[in-house]
Amino acid sequence: MADLIAKTPLTGLLPFATSDLTCSELEFASITSVAPFRGQEEVVSEALKAQIGANFPKPGRTTGRAHARVVWSGRGQALVLGAAVEPIKGAAITDQTDAWACVALDGPGARDVLARLVPLDLRDGVFARGHAARTLIGHMHAVLMRTGPDRYGIMVFRSMARTLAHELKSAMEAVAARG
Amino acid sequence: MRLPCPICGERDRREFYYKGAAEAADRPAPEADEAVWDEFLHLRDNPAGVTRDLWYHEAGCCSWIVVTRNTITHEVLDAALVEDQP
Ligand SMILES: [Zn+2]
Repeated sequence: MADLIAKTPLTGLLPFATSDLTCSELEFASITSVAPFRGQEEVVSEALKAQIGANFPKPGRTTGRAHARVVWSGRGQALVLGAAVEPIKGAAITDQTDAWACVALDGPGARDVLARLVPLDLRDGVFARGHAARTLIGHMHAVLMRTGPDRYGIMVFRSMARTLAHELKSAMEAVAARG
Repeated sequence: MRLPCPICGERDRREFYYKGAAEAADRPAPEADEAVWDEFLHLRDNPAGVTRDLWYHEAGCCSWIVVTRNTITHEVLDAALVEDQP
C-alpha cells in the first residue's frame, strides 16, 4: 500500500501572529477519550494517574502538564492529550487522535481575542489557569482550556479547522487594530 | 439571560437548547389512560410567573436540566439535573 503523507488539521492555515499574539497549531501524538463507567470514577482516575501521572479531572478542570494533559470534555468524559493510554478496566477508551483541530493562543491580550468569540466569563477569578470548559467559539462547539496567564488551548472538531483559523485571525486583527 | 448549570456554573443562554415545560420529563406509563396521555402530549398551563422548564446544555456539559424561573420578573430561581429529579 502507498505510504501516504499525513496532513495536520491546520496545515497551511496556521501559524498566524500579530504584534502581541501568536496562534499556532498544537500537535498531539495521541488524543484519547476516557469515559469511566458508573461507579468506576475513582478506580479509573487512579489507573490514569499510574499510567500518565495525572488524575481524571473534575468538571471544568485540567490535570497534568503539557503533552500529558487531561482535559474535562463533558459529563463523565475527559480527553488525554499527548500521552498514549493503554486500555483501563472500568472505562470506555476511544482513540480520537485525528478527530480534533488543536490551537494554542498565546500572548498578552489573548483573553481579549477570546472575549470576542466565547460566551464565557474569562476573568482571572472565574476562568483561571487549570480551568477548562465545553463551550462555543463563534458557532462551533469547542473545548477551551487555560494553560498559562496569557495562554489558552482551543479544540474544535477537525472538520471546522478552517473556520476556527478564520475566526481567530479576524478577532486577533480586530484586537491588534485597537492598539 | 444566564442559566446556572449544576455542572458548569453560570452560563450564557446561547449554550442551551430550550425544550419546554418540565412535565415533558414525566412520561405516563404506557398503559395509562387516554386522557392522561392526551394531557401529557397536548395540554400545558403557560403560567405568567414561576415556571419549570427543560433546558439542554447543548454547547456545554450536555446535561438536561430543569430550570425554575419567573417569566414576570425574569428571575432564575433554581436549576437541577433531570436525572436527580424524583
Ligand atoms: Zn453544563
